[in-house]
Amino acid sequence: MEDRVIIKVENLKKNYGKNEVLKNISIDVKEGEVVCVIGPSGSGKSTFLRCLNKLEESTSGTIIVDDIDINDPKTNIDMFRAEIGMVFQHFNLFPHKNVKENIMLAPVTLKRMTKEEAEKTAMRLLKRVGLEDKADQYPSQLSGGQKQRVAIARALAMNPKIMLFDEPTSALDPEMVGEVLKVMKELAQEGMTMVVVTHEMGFAREVSDRVIFMDGGYIVEEGTPDEVINHPHEERTINFLNQVL
Amino acid sequence: MADFLSNVTQYLPQFWAAFLVTLRLAIVSLIFATIVGIICGLINTSKSKNPILVILRAIVKIYIEIIRGTPMLVQILIIYFGISQVLRPFGFSWNKLGGIFTAGVVVLTINAGAYMAEIIRAGIEAVDKGQIEAARSLGLSYFQTMSKIVLPQAIRTMLPSIVNQFIISIKDTSLMSTVGLPELTNTGKTIAAVWTSQTMNLYCFMALYYLVICFVLSRISKFLEGRMTYGR
Repeated sequence: MEDRVIIKVENLKKNYGKNEVLKNISIDVKEGEVVCVIGPSGSGKSTFLRCLNKLEESTSGTIIVDDIDINDPKTNIDMFRAEIGMVFQHFNLFPHKNVKENIMLAPVTLKRMTKEEAEKTAMRLLKRVGLEDKADQYPSQLSGGQKQRVAIARALAMNPKIMLFDEPTSALDPEMVGEVLKVMKELAQEGMTMVVVTHEMGFAREVSDRVIFMDGGYIVEEGTPDEVINHPHEERTINFLNQVL
Repeated sequence: MADFLSNVTQYLPQFWAAFLVTLRLAIVSLIFATIVGIICGLINTSKSKNPILVILRAIVKIYIEIIRGTPMLVQILIIYFGISQVLRPFGFSWNKLGGIFTAGVVVLTINAGAYMAEIIRAGIEAVDKGQIEAARSLGLSYFQTMSKIVLPQAIRTMLPSIVNQFIISIKDTSLMSTVGLPELTNTGKTIAAVWTSQTMNLYCFMALYYLVICFVLSRISKFLEGRMTYGR
């Protein structure tokens, strides 16, 4: 069980016109693994993440997630996406719904839960991210850190098998980064499979099982956090880490 | 003025009946126009490469261009007289379908629908792309995303323009007087033809009806705008 490969990416390429953003990415992620993707901006790390739930259409290559080939035209992409949570840099909470409704929306719309069940789930998840007192507030009334915690709760409401995080703390004021990372860390400890694009080296070092360094559309280096962050081999990795650490 | 006020009462039932025709024409047409506008707006904003949608998008674009590029009066003439002549060999007559009123509904729907489509397209495009991504990443389908996430937010930015279009279309109903629909303007002209001494007062009185509908509408819109602020 521990070793089951849940995400299998082979020879993934992505072009925007003539601009090659991803050049031949291959990687396996095992169930329960926490993988952090680091790298300079423009390295393709967000694009890579977004290919995993087909927010970006890949140009070529195979992506198999939970035994489903997501590029197979027969795959119901909506059903597939329901199994994968995603957290965005800019939260993307629904401003016309209050916090509780934000969390309840997907499970109720997709008929996974009744309204009552969804409400219970929402309150349980809000308690978990420490925001049960904000259930009736609107996103505009929350701080950035609170918004991101709600966004995590919203993704968890669908009971996903995998969570994707796209620079979840990059848009936050420094004092709010900790509260979001804490929630993510707890999630990791509970055994959630996570792929995290991040600039938080502390988080990558402490929480992840594996770190991937990307640059120029390639995976330049990958390994345990100790290998990649503390003892990098590649020059590009060393340069990047010198700049951010 | 006193003369006008004491005598206008005898024309009130006629004005009231005409006012109801105008109102009915406007309401029915605008309901259809909104539906046309939403459908065309959605087609226009879809990025799908599905051949059917590509063709539909082209049709919608041509439709909007034609309506925007021709006067409403010309559209009335084409649809009321032109269509009935061309389709007469096939047994078509506006009278079989409810007469001039139906023709009016068709013209106003087609006309306002094109403008509504543009308003709705702009409203949808103004919604942050991240909203669509968040909804899709949760597993919502395109239509669920549109109906639950995008349109409810777009409506807020669209509302002033939609009301503006409603107001324009309500006033445009008066053009139907040219083909003989007994709506407000037509009725006013008929009365003015027999009550020749009070032309100014009579037409101002008629204008008041339009003014009242449009004023009420813009008040309602202000009220709705005020209500659609979420926790701010």
